[in-house]
Amino acid sequence: MEIKVIRKVLDVNNIMAEQNRKMFAEKEVFVLNVMSSPGSGKTTTLEKTLSYIIPEIKSAVIAGDICTTNDANRLAKTGVSVVQINTDEFGGDCHLAAHVVEKAAGNLDLDAIDLLIVENVGNLVCPAEFDIGEDAKIVVLSVTEGEDKPVKYPLMFRVCDAAILNKIDLLPYLDYNKKEVLNNIRQVHPGMPVFELSAKTGDGFTPWIDWLRQRIAQK
Amino acid sequence: MHEMGIAKQIIEIATSSIPDDLENIPVEKINLKIGQMSSVVPDSLRFCFEILSKDTPLAGAELNIEEIPVVVRCMECNIVWTINKPVFVCKKCKSGSIKIISGQELDVVSIEVADPDTT
Repeated sequence: MEIKVIRKVLDVNNIMAEQNRKMFAEKEVFVLNVMSSPGSGKTTTLEKTLSYIIPEIKSAVIAGDICTTNDANRLAKTGVSVVQINTDEFGGDCHLAAHVVEKAAGNLDLDAIDLLIVENVGNLVCPAEFDIGEDAKIVVLSVTEGEDKPVKYPLMFRVCDAAILNKIDLLPYLDYNKKEVLNNIRQVHPGMPVFELSAKTGDGFTPWIDWLRQRIAQK
Repeated sequence: MHEMGIAKQIIEIATSSIPDDLENIPVEKINLKIGQMSSVVPDSLRFCFEILSKDTPLAGAELNIEEIPVVVRCMECNIVWTINKPVFVCKKCKSGSIKIISGQELDVVSIEVADPDTT
């Protein structure tokens, strides 16, 4: 005997994400979900980004990792409030789910901030599937990762609103075909802005910071 | 990669879909729709489901997975086609304004239980 069900498996997360979105809208906080593979320079990119926008844009960070508080310790040095989530408490999850972000946001004074950056768990697969109630998603890809990552992980590059191509200061030392990676990103997500920069030297940050400021102002 | 969490959700949905008057009736099959663009690996999902469903009415149930191809529509010239590789550019007019119509599903469609008359 067949019993009709028709339910989305991720419904529980999607409903929670919508509640988060409503809460962030009420508090007038712009939420940026930052995703990448491990080692792409996500934390360094955020440290540098914060140095350009604070104190003008009041910011806070939720840092997600399976273990350690290393990222939170680094980001706290910029002077912003940081909440570290270790997903091993939630079964070593490979991504941040909406309920985890909601719990972490409860430890922040949302009335005091304009921007909440969520540094997701380093992983190009799972975080792409989970809405956390953010306003924009970005992916950080570094030039040491190979040109074919966008076509190997199309969902990630498809769901994001912008991509950062990091570590461009290393280009002279690598056999890296930048044209190919840009072409791959364009195939997966035509028209998505790509910011080529170096989080180490600060090269290329102006267009990225302009884009971020504009998106925050639009909310 | 997160198949364990997905399996857990499927078990919750399927368990809550068993009508109250058929409590403890064995579930024989769970019919799922999984889009090719969702990052779920069917074999891993079956493996996780088998472990988590032990000692529940779902133990031994078959996960019947219908894989849904990625179908897109060009928002400029309106053509619809199925893509086999991640190129989201219109094959006719080269526009990048593409909408995904299907291929991202992760749905529990139905469950099949033993016929109450024969149990």
